[in-house]
Amino acid sequence: MKIETEVETKAKELLSTRDAYGDTLVKLGRANRDIVVLDSDLSASTRTQLFAKEFPDRFFNFGVAEANMIGTAAGLAASGKVPFASSFAIFETGRAWEQIRQSVCYPRMNVKLVASHGGITVGEDGGSHISIEDVALMRILPNMTVIVPADAYETARAVEAAACHEGPVFIRLSREKFPVCFSESCTFEIGKAPRLREGDDLAIISAGLMVSRSLDAAEVLSREGIEARIINCSTIKPLDEEEILAAARGTGAVVVAEEHSVIGGLGSAIAELLMEKEPVPLSRIGIQDRFGISGKPEQLLERFGLTVEAIVQAAHNLLLRKNSSPRIASQK
Amino acid sequence: MTIADAQIERLRDQARQIRILVLKMLTKAGSGHTGGSLSAVEVITALYFQKMRIRPQDPTWEDRDRFVLSKGHGCPALYAAMALAGFFPIEELMTLRQMDSRLQGHPDMRMLPGIDFSTGSLGQGLSAANGMALAARLDNKDLRVYVLMGDGEIQEGQIWEAAMAASHYKIDNLCGILDFNKLQIDGQVLEVMSIAPVADKWKSFGWEVMEVDGHDFSQILPALNRAEEVKGKPSLIIAHTIKGKGVSFMENQSKYHGVAPTKDELKKALLELGA
Repeated sequence: MKIETEVETKAKELLSTRDAYGDTLVKLGRANRDIVVLDSDLSASTRTQLFAKEFPDRFFNFGVAEANMIGTAAGLAASGKVPFASSFAIFETGRAWEQIRQSVCYPRMNVKLVASHGGITVGEDGGSHISIEDVALMRILPNMTVIVPADAYETARAVEAAACHEGPVFIRLSREKFPVCFSESCTFEIGKAPRLREGDDLAIISAGLMVSRSLDAAEVLSREGIEARIINCSTIKPLDEEEILAAARGTGAVVVAEEHSVIGGLGSAIAELLMEKEPVPLSRIGIQDRFGISGKPEQLLERFGLTVEAIVQAAHNLLLRKNSSPRIASQK
Repeated sequence: MTIADAQIERLRDQARQIRILVLKMLTKAGSGHTGGSLSAVEVITALYFQKMRIRPQDPTWEDRDRFVLSKGHGCPALYAAMALAGFFPIEELMTLRQMDSRLQGHPDMRMLPGIDFSTGSLGQGLSAANGMALAARLDNKDLRVYVLMGDGEIQEGQIWEAAMAASHYKIDNLCGILDFNKLQIDGQVLEVMSIAPVADKWKSFGWEVMEVDGHDFSQILPALNRAEEVKGKPSLIIAHTIKGKGVSFMENQSKYHGVAPTKDELKKALLELGA
């Protein structure tokens, strides 16, 4: 089968997930006096500055001190506040991991961690700032909910859902604007992985930026006569087991795509689930156990194999495995 | 405010009872932190039986004063004080560290109502206390937040991040207390990693600093009262204490940091305490 390399990219609108966060926080702040916002010297980048301007009394900047920011958020939550604490993904989840464990997750504090600058698209700042581990670091923690929205509209809904959810939530956002996948009227429910496209030949399950790329890959595959089911797995924890198992059962082959290390993120979560309950040929697209480097986001996505072409290629390889698998062949 | 002798006598007796319970529960548990529980007894007694506004029958009362035991391993002293104050039955103390007990090895706010924050990993309590104090300010509540730190604990960097923030945000409804017993697991604090000059460090971070004999109620109580009058900045009471206080053979011995008394040691200790 010949691989289609020319991807027709419809001129998709680009919108920033962190802008959506900043705007949504202000709206939430107007509706709920208990919403407080914390940052550690990155409020311009994380967009919490918008909240700070409107609600200076409910905004706390801690300077370059993420551990104390998280610990203070936990104390505010213990007294009934709904704190949103923001930084870059690697500092928020890495630098302050043990504070998140001990002071947020262990006592099940109602703290919302919303980090910008997740993934390889951080770009020019390079490997020190490119967070490829944050989802893994948060996913392992009991009581934590982990959300990676696919676009700006879903981000707004996810931030609202986090504010209503009782307990710790981590939302990963990005520096780069994302192609829009949904509309302003989109819905979001924690723990639900909506099917964005029907298909029975294979399933592509993705999160974040890779959702729009998966949709593009499905178009390419469709032209070849391959129908891919697309699932937006924006809630990485708790996983929508029902939908994912149905996808594995219904298609017999699963590609997972994420802008994160293949170790510990969405790919791992799906592999763990399927290996136990519905083993099918699986392919993980993500960053292959290496650190990021400086470059333009688009160059890095290409270099690290997070492209539409990579998804199409993985689908082709997977279908060969699916069709030669004796177990699955015997079931047919 | 003068503190009546009778009042101090009452507190002394409560502290003695707490010590007895601490030793009994640790012996029963067979593990736990004896030295740092005993050094903190008077401070915890002063807070729970004199200073703090609490309702043991209504442990989640919104307007209560808060207490964060940042040195979470000292929890036997806290549990004993809470039981004596009426938060839960005294017999429950003997379940310390056992499976399914609400009295976890380090305080767990989700298991035991009345614990204001879960601690155990050192260095995190001051940040949480700051958060509680800020929340009270936002809600116009006049409650106060107390946080007890260990001297070894303040080697943690997060303490100084939080110390900076408390003074930056002028958190004056917060009172820190340092259980300065001079010992940590590996030996003398000054030898393991010196925190000197400790008072100057906190002063330079913008705190009002007081030093007291941490086993003398006639010094602890006036300091707690004075802290309440300090406006525009947080207060720290450096409580000079003795690790293992009250049991002669445990005093100033770092080996009793993380070890429970044996049955024989308990017998001797109880004799000394007149139990």
